[in-house]
Amino acid sequence: MQSQATYNYKVVRQFTVMTVIWGVVGMLVGVFIAAELIWPDLNVVEWLSYGRLRPLHTNAVIFAFGGCGLFATSYYVVQRTCHTRLYAPALAAFTFWGWQLVIVLAAITLPMGYTSSKEYAELEWPIDILIALVWIAYAVVFFGTIAKRKVSHIYVANWFYGGFILAIALLHIVNNLEIPVTLFKSYSVYAGVQDAMVQWWYGHNAVGFFLTAGFLGMMYYFVPKQAGRPVYSYRLSVVHFWALIFTYMWAGPHHLHYTALPDWTQSLGMVFSLILLAPSWGGMINGIMTLSGAWHKLRDDPILKFLITALSFYGMSTFEGPMMSIKTVNALSHYTDWTIGHVHSGALGWVAMITIGSIYYLLPRLYGKNEMYSVKLISMHFWIATVGVVLYIASLWIAGVMQGLMWRATNPDGTLTYSFVESVKASYPFWTIRLAGGTLFLAGMLIMTYNMFKTMAGGKAVDAPVLAPAHA
Amino acid sequence: MDILYLLIPLSLALVFVIAVIFWWFLKSGQFDDLEGPGYRILMDDDRPPGAAPDSPANDKE
Repeated sequence: MQSQATYNYKVVRQFTVMTVIWGVVGMLVGVFIAAELIWPDLNVVEWLSYGRLRPLHTNAVIFAFGGCGLFATSYYVVQRTCHTRLYAPALAAFTFWGWQLVIVLAAITLPMGYTSSKEYAELEWPIDILIALVWIAYAVVFFGTIAKRKVSHIYVANWFYGGFILAIALLHIVNNLEIPVTLFKSYSVYAGVQDAMVQWWYGHNAVGFFLTAGFLGMMYYFVPKQAGRPVYSYRLSVVHFWALIFTYMWAGPHHLHYTALPDWTQSLGMVFSLILLAPSWGGMINGIMTLSGAWHKLRDDPILKFLITALSFYGMSTFEGPMMSIKTVNALSHYTDWTIGHVHSGALGWVAMITIGSIYYLLPRLYGKNEMYSVKLISMHFWIATVGVVLYIASLWIAGVMQGLMWRATNPDGTLTYSFVESVKASYPFWTIRLAGGTLFLAGMLIMTYNMFKTMAGGKAVDAPVLAPAHA
Repeated sequence: MDILYLLIPLSLALVFVIAVIFWWFLKSGQFDDLEGPGYRILMDDDRPPGAAPDSPANDKE
């Protein structure tokens, strides 16, 4: 019986394909709103206006693209490393269709202007409830699979995925406690600075657990598998996990420096943000050093290039983040485009690249092929994406520091040297370079889409047999 | 800042829960072998049936 059973690849395939599709959609919206900053005339109708499309962009790339990528890889990794078929396949199918419904509802309601106005949690209360239901189903499927595992050890990637699933459930529910007024309008149960504190407690932990822990799970499986070598130090990976989840919860106040939040809470947020540098860099070094002694593999394996470059960006943005959380640095960087640049260093450089690499690994295996339709196109995608990220980040670094310096410049008599609109005018050249960078990254995703459909066309969906563990 | 009376105890409770989970799994022997599991995922051959063993993406050293 055991030998005839197959892994549930169907739900993995569904999520994998949708990751790429939503990646294209989310990044297209991003490119459009970047263009709106340069040509404000593009705000033709209200539902295409910057203010409504910006939350659509963030939700689409984080929860649609990133979310589908996490579902796909976690379902694959948990089955392969536990040597058992996915628990509750009907619930797993529900997570797929439920999550797609959430995304479609977001794509309809956000441009219509329905928003709870909480960053990264803009969706109104009926959708919040649907998200909670899908998430609970996800937890049941994931932990159910862990519970019926055929090996006693739980591979470290599953710890990261598990931590991410539980933390997001808690964060989502606490942050979205709200009182419905009508079907599409609700008010948060918190008010004023209390609401801001809960919002950024959620907001930064969403970065920490959704965009970091989840994708680290991906990294700890796909980097060793693609490199064909065990992770540099398995011991360090376990330490990485526990250190990260013990210290992450209190970084949020760094989003509220110099606000009505009590000063000591801001400093607490800053201290915890600085502490995070240690586990983050431990993990980054651990991932990259997996290639120690086999660096030549980077030369001709574009998938590995994606994975290792992602780790480099992870290292960069987890250094930049704590630096920006220092109050004196934050006084300059806050509210400028530097923040946007930092976010994209993490989002494009780390999250998107590790996801893209993992999906290039998965696709041939899900469709019974040796490798992707074209390895050359993967390589092309890699270079276009890398140039795109670098243009994007570097231009917004310059724009951000320039804006910060212009806003704080004062004349000897104490008046401001520049008006706000002068800083806007000075930003145009950099916004144009940012648009070019974003367009390149989107172009890479389109190449990936073509490559994916060509791979799918030449292969057929296969469900691999469940393998017994190598040895007990 | 009444909200801190919720968020700080919640975080402390969470740290306590995490500590218990860590202790529990430590005692159950989950972290006794911190070398083998890294190798074990490589022994799980996830190439599709009939895949050529010498393709570069599947190259195992």
